[in-house]
Amino acid sequence: MEHYNMNLNLKVWRQKNCKSKGEFKLYRVENISSEMSFLEMFDVLNEQLIRDGDDPITFDHDCREGICGACSMYINGKPHGPWQANTTCQLHMRAFNDGDTIVVEPWRADAFPVIKDLMVDRSAFDRIIQAGGYISVNTGNAVDGNAIPIPKDDADASFAAAMCIGCGACVAACKNSSAMLFLSAKVSHLALLPQGAPERKSRVMNMVAQMDKEGFGSCTNTGACEATCPKEISITNIARLNKEYLGAGFTSDK
Amino acid sequence: MTWKQVFTSSVGKKLVMGFTGIFLILFLIVHAGLNACIWAGDNGEMFTKGAHFMGSNWVPRILEVGLFAGLLLHIIQGLMLEFSNRSKRSVGYAVSYGNEGSKWYSRSMGLLGTLILLFLILHLYHFWLPNRASQGFLLGEEINLFEKMKLEFSELWVVIVYVLGCLSLGYHLAHGFQSAFRTLGIHNKRYNTLLTSVGYAFSIIITLLFAMMPVSFYMGWV
Repeated sequence: MEHYNMNLNLKVWRQKNCKSKGEFKLYRVENISSEMSFLEMFDVLNEQLIRDGDDPITFDHDCREGICGACSMYINGKPHGPWQANTTCQLHMRAFNDGDTIVVEPWRADAFPVIKDLMVDRSAFDRIIQAGGYISVNTGNAVDGNAIPIPKDDADASFAAAMCIGCGACVAACKNSSAMLFLSAKVSHLALLPQGAPERKSRVMNMVAQMDKEGFGSCTNTGACEATCPKEISITNIARLNKEYLGAGFTSDK
Repeated sequence: MTWKQVFTSSVGKKLVMGFTGIFLILFLIVHAGLNACIWAGDNGEMFTKGAHFMGSNWVPRILEVGLFAGLLLHIIQGLMLEFSNRSKRSVGYAVSYGNEGSKWYSRSMGLLGTLILLFLILHLYHFWLPNRASQGFLLGEEINLFEKMKLEFSELWVVIVYVLGCLSLGYHLAHGFQSAFRTLGIHNKRYNTLLTSVGYAFSIIITLLFAMMPVSFYMGWV
């Protein structure tokens, strides 16, 4: 596609901290290249704000190559913007046209309180992982990678679940602010492998308990999470999580 | 992990919704099958026999207690989940994700369920309550339900409300059927495709069957 420049109107959520009440502010950015990423466009806007003596817009970002899960903007009604299977940092300005108005909001969920502007606190996800997203490994020499035979299909399904980068788009897209797609990916990738077997029952129980404690909603299988996930985590993982939960809940002795 | 903990976590509550939902789906099959006797072309003779058995035998009357228990559990748990889920996002979005990522009826299970509940109250008031009242709530004298249907469904507004109630049920089932099985842990791809299509077929058949009953009486087909 031909390169072009554009002028845009941005409606961006500004909020001082988690306690203050935020509001939308209008900004105008000019001469934005269609080759820029969405975050580079924000860099241009922030440079402009700094030059004007204003407070730059705070947003999360790290690798800017779609693998870290840090960027978290809700753009025009969809987490990570209009493209499919894509993160905000990999969204390019050619997705927009000259004169467009773009509405940018933070992830909205009480379990993800706003730290400032577009940056939210996603440490709830870390605590869910800490509650059971691990396996036990003997110390000493590393075991040979192929010592335990694993069916190819299981390995593939496990790897597909392990693609989850924990960005929180599933929570942002869900009408219930449910973290079930994230949780199901984290439970599935270990439950599908023999290495995950020792903690299998306690893992799912503890991680679900932690998710509830963090204040996420419950899943109603609407599928909005799967539709927005930048890593295309399948909603079938949620059904697998339910199976794991049912199995552990009915057979666990503790 | 106590039983209470198992069934009161967010996933446990879903399990309760799924189990009771499938139980109510089974009830719908029995209800639709029995009521279909109105079309036997014998001026309600077979239907009255069936209704008499359901109302005067201890077995279905004891099962009825289970049905109400399941129904109440599904309604109360469903409403509580709906309110709880709504409270998890204090500040809403300016632009909503809308129908891009999910079907409207999958996001409206609480609303559709409430519409079904309102319909159910009217429905019980029309048939179940007068019948049980006449029986003294035990195994006493029943009313003629076929004549009662004829009477109620001679009013156009009742027919319209019933058809709308069936439509709400149809959309509720269109999501609920397959969602219930997913909740119970069925994740295999080939089952999912099967359950989704069976779910849609079931929703359409049940909606049409039940909606045709008041329409048949109103149009004088039975």
